[in-house]
Amino acid sequence: MPDQGQIATKRKFKLVGTRPVRPDGVDKVTGRARFGADMTAPGMLHALILRSPHAHARIKSIDTSRAERLPGVKAVVTRDDFALPERRDLVDICYNVMAREKALYDGHAVAAVAAVSKPVAREALRRIKVVYEILPHVTDVDEAMKPNAPILHKDMRTKGIDPKPSKASNVARQWEFGHGDVDRGFTEADIVVERTFKTAATHQGYIEPHACLASVGSDGQGDLWCCTQGHYMVRNACAGLLGMKVSQLRVTASEIGGGFGGKTTVFIEPVALALSRKAGRPVKLVMSRNEVFRATGPTASSSTDVKIGVKKNGQITAAKAVLRYQGGAFAGSPVQFGAMTAFACYDLKNVQTIGYDVVTNRPKQAAYRAPGAPLAAFAIESVIDELATKIRMDPLEFRLLNAAREGTKSSYGPTFGPIGLEATLEESKGHPHHLAPLGPNQGRGVACGFWFNFGGNTCVSLNIGEDGTVCLSVGNPDIGGSRASMCLMAAEELGVPYERVRTIIADTAALGYNEVTDGSRVTFAVGMATIKAAQAAKVKLCERAAKIWDISPEAVVWEDGHARPAGANAGTFKPMSLADIAAVAGSTGGPIAGHSEANADGAGVSFATHMVDVEVDPETGRVTVLRYTVFQDAGKAIHPSYVEGQFQGGAAQGVGWALNEEYIYGEDGRLQNAGFLDYRIPVASDLPFIDTVILEIPNPGHPYGVRGVGETSIVPPLAAIANAVSAAAGVRHTQLPMSPPRILKSIMEKRDGV
Amino acid sequence: MSQIPVTTTINGDATEFLCEADETLLDVLRDRLELSGTKEGCGTGDCGACSVMLDGRLVCSCLVLGAEAEGREVETIEGMAEGDTLHPLQKKFLEHAALQCGVCTPGFLIAAKALLETNLDPTETEVRYWLAGNLCRCTGYDKIVRAVLDTAAEMRSA
Amino acid sequence: MVKVVLWGSLKQAAGGKTELNLEAKNVRELLDRLVEQYPKLEGHLDQGVSVSIDGVLFRDAWFAPIKPDSEVYLLPRLAGG
Repeated sequence: MPDQGQIATKRKFKLVGTRPVRPDGVDKVTGRARFGADMTAPGMLHALILRSPHAHARIKSIDTSRAERLPGVKAVVTRDDFALPERRDLVDICYNVMAREKALYDGHAVAAVAAVSKPVAREALRRIKVVYEILPHVTDVDEAMKPNAPILHKDMRTKGIDPKPSKASNVARQWEFGHGDVDRGFTEADIVVERTFKTAATHQGYIEPHACLASVGSDGQGDLWCCTQGHYMVRNACAGLLGMKVSQLRVTASEIGGGFGGKTTVFIEPVALALSRKAGRPVKLVMSRNEVFRATGPTASSSTDVKIGVKKNGQITAAKAVLRYQGGAFAGSPVQFGAMTAFACYDLKNVQTIGYDVVTNRPKQAAYRAPGAPLAAFAIESVIDELATKIRMDPLEFRLLNAAREGTKSSYGPTFGPIGLEATLEESKGHPHHLAPLGPNQGRGVACGFWFNFGGNTCVSLNIGEDGTVCLSVGNPDIGGSRASMCLMAAEELGVPYERVRTIIADTAALGYNEVTDGSRVTFAVGMATIKAAQAAKVKLCERAAKIWDISPEAVVWEDGHARPAGANAGTFKPMSLADIAAVAGSTGGPIAGHSEANADGAGVSFATHMVDVEVDPETGRVTVLRYTVFQDAGKAIHPSYVEGQFQGGAAQGVGWALNEEYIYGEDGRLQNAGFLDYRIPVASDLPFIDTVILEIPNPGHPYGVRGVGETSIVPPLAAIANAVSAAAGVRHTQLPMSPPRILKSIMEKRDGV
Repeated sequence: MSQIPVTTTINGDATEFLCEADETLLDVLRDRLELSGTKEGCGTGDCGACSVMLDGRLVCSCLVLGAEAEGREVETIEGMAEGDTLHPLQKKFLEHAALQCGVCTPGFLIAAKALLETNLDPTETEVRYWLAGNLCRCTGYDKIVRAVLDTAAEMRSA
Repeated sequence: MVKVVLWGSLKQAAGGKTELNLEAKNVRELLDRLVEQYPKLEGHLDQGVSVSIDGVLFRDAWFAPIKPDSEVYLLPRLAGG
């Protein structure tokens, strides 16, 4: 039997909460499922992109004439083929998709070719001559903030400070959040801990590289097949960049081989479309792994100062953090989310966070699972752990004493409704993991984490088939089993078996705008839309039954998959099943369908507590993760296996971030580890089983109580592991990754009394 | 560019193809033979998404040249089920929800099948080390390892 | 009147205050009044905001109602992974 985890359930459902096989399962275990790179078209060309080898350089000239003369080359595009878009939010994306005056990072696209074969395309790239004037570069966040740092954008003036600076800098924006008076709060503290933390940039590390197949005709109509977290976003961005109308560009989302936020923007899609338009033929463009590392969107690296004051009784009196995140070559690091979430787990009278969004000569960051939050939680939860030790309190008790709860004014402002942080802490306190003994060189760490979640624009269509089966069309790529959850919710609401519902991801022409699969929104928002569409269909089903029985529609109710007379006064009719009504739909008024188009609000925030045991080898500095338990509030777990999967996957990514993963730049500003051999993500032998405890504190904003679960699970692990490693090694670790050389150095320094 | 003619057996079927001298078996499978179930995650032998069996040995098809398939037997994910009957590993992967995005799944299934063909009673540690050449970013490997152990147990008792 | 609380770095653009009282019965009116009364805010608001009303986050909901005693926070536009 599959691992059933532990679930505390409150409300009774028939199907929701069960673990059926996912509808796309057989395709995915037999190789039938088609991902981004699996599509072909007749007459298709192969495209490749030429990328800057320099971290920062003025592009003086690009000569493509020798490439264009090569037999088999059908189109070449450069900056000259991309006009700056009218939409302001697309300007940076345009610069990122194809470099203009300057190449801003190692890997920045400079030109692209489409040719009859990959070898011809490769040869064409070699024939493109680019003249660069190499400029000084900066890749470190603290270096980039120094007054004499090389400036990336001569027109960048820091936003959020008054008066507006007169001088350009690499600080795009300053953010500030908080309430109370931290200075006064610190004077009330008995103990104050102040530390600086650094984290390395990491990559989402999805196994499927970006890939697309574009086809644009001379009539201006286009089709695009690609792996993305949001094909409507792709459509609108590409249309804006290429001067097309959104209705003229139909985008179909392929199966997606992981995203974690990294596929929430466009990189190659506009290039493929531009090449196809120029060549008049379909163009396939697939990134190599090297390109994925160098030229897509890793997350930010950070440098954070934390100061927290506490009374001897454990009460926190004040908390302050200054966060500096570099987000690559363009504004938009997720530092505001770091600053908002940093202290969200605590009930604080005095709290202040200041965030700096910094640009450097690195690829433009993209979202990565709870963007900005894990970096902040690493710093804050490390100091919380240290304070607990200093005042001799159990770290869980210390957190419980200060925990945010219903009615707490959050550190970012609003007052919390019903939330599950205390529940995760209480659950972890009594869990066998917490009580298990530890051996020599072993340590246990705990940490909490928070993420907002949101809903957003959603459009679904539910069609009842003549044979009583149901087809649900949704517009959000299924990144981790969401089709199974949608089938469950539709079947639950309609009262039909799970197997009778099929969910498909419709293309952009079939449905209204659906926001990207992000923000842990799909099970919440698309789930809500699915339930509403099913409810709309039920109203119609009842109306048909009423017609057939010749009674008023109000006299019909839908119960347990059947239309029934509402009571004795309505008359005595044999209940009609969904299939009975569907079978005669064509004669009773036509096809029966339910729709939902809405902006889904009411997403509930989410909390988790993670507990981890590690062993540090004092001879090598190697860390072994021995045991890991995730305690998280899911509101309501629709398909518990995939909720567990989100918990486990987030924890595993956190293990990589904490122990191994980092973007390593050389003195020349080039990325030195653009491959899975040198950028090492956790493998099966690095991890233990990851235990999960699903808490269910229903979200009042969702009909079934769902909270998004996808992102919160990556917020606590960096700190939980750092706390465990620090306990095991006897030295506080403040820099990620905690790689063996770094740990060994700290152990040696402690041994030598440095 | 003169292409190399290759005669081989793929999933039991006699197959002939032409390929460039520097073309990988992975590219041949995907681009020439339309066997796109084998995935490319890195092209450098680091991720295992392109795992296939070559004469009964587990290999990364991105590290094998197409021409090397001459006279040999290749097994890919497309040949794992028998007709409409899934292999026990395929069934257990579904039952355990051992996939999220599913792009690494073909490689894991091929690798796990290779393990069970040599060792039908592996320990958890043996499963983890055997599969250490296959990267999965979604699952944290938990449900994959459970699915493999459960398949082995079921195949032992069959 | 509705009391709306701004995030800290908007203080200067809002005349040195982070708590403002405005007449607004929904999100659109709230945003319109803010820009009317504090034109310097426009550059910040047009980059996208979220509005928290009684603890519920709204991103693109002009007509989400605001009651006179609602707790209203202006926050940066949320994004996720």
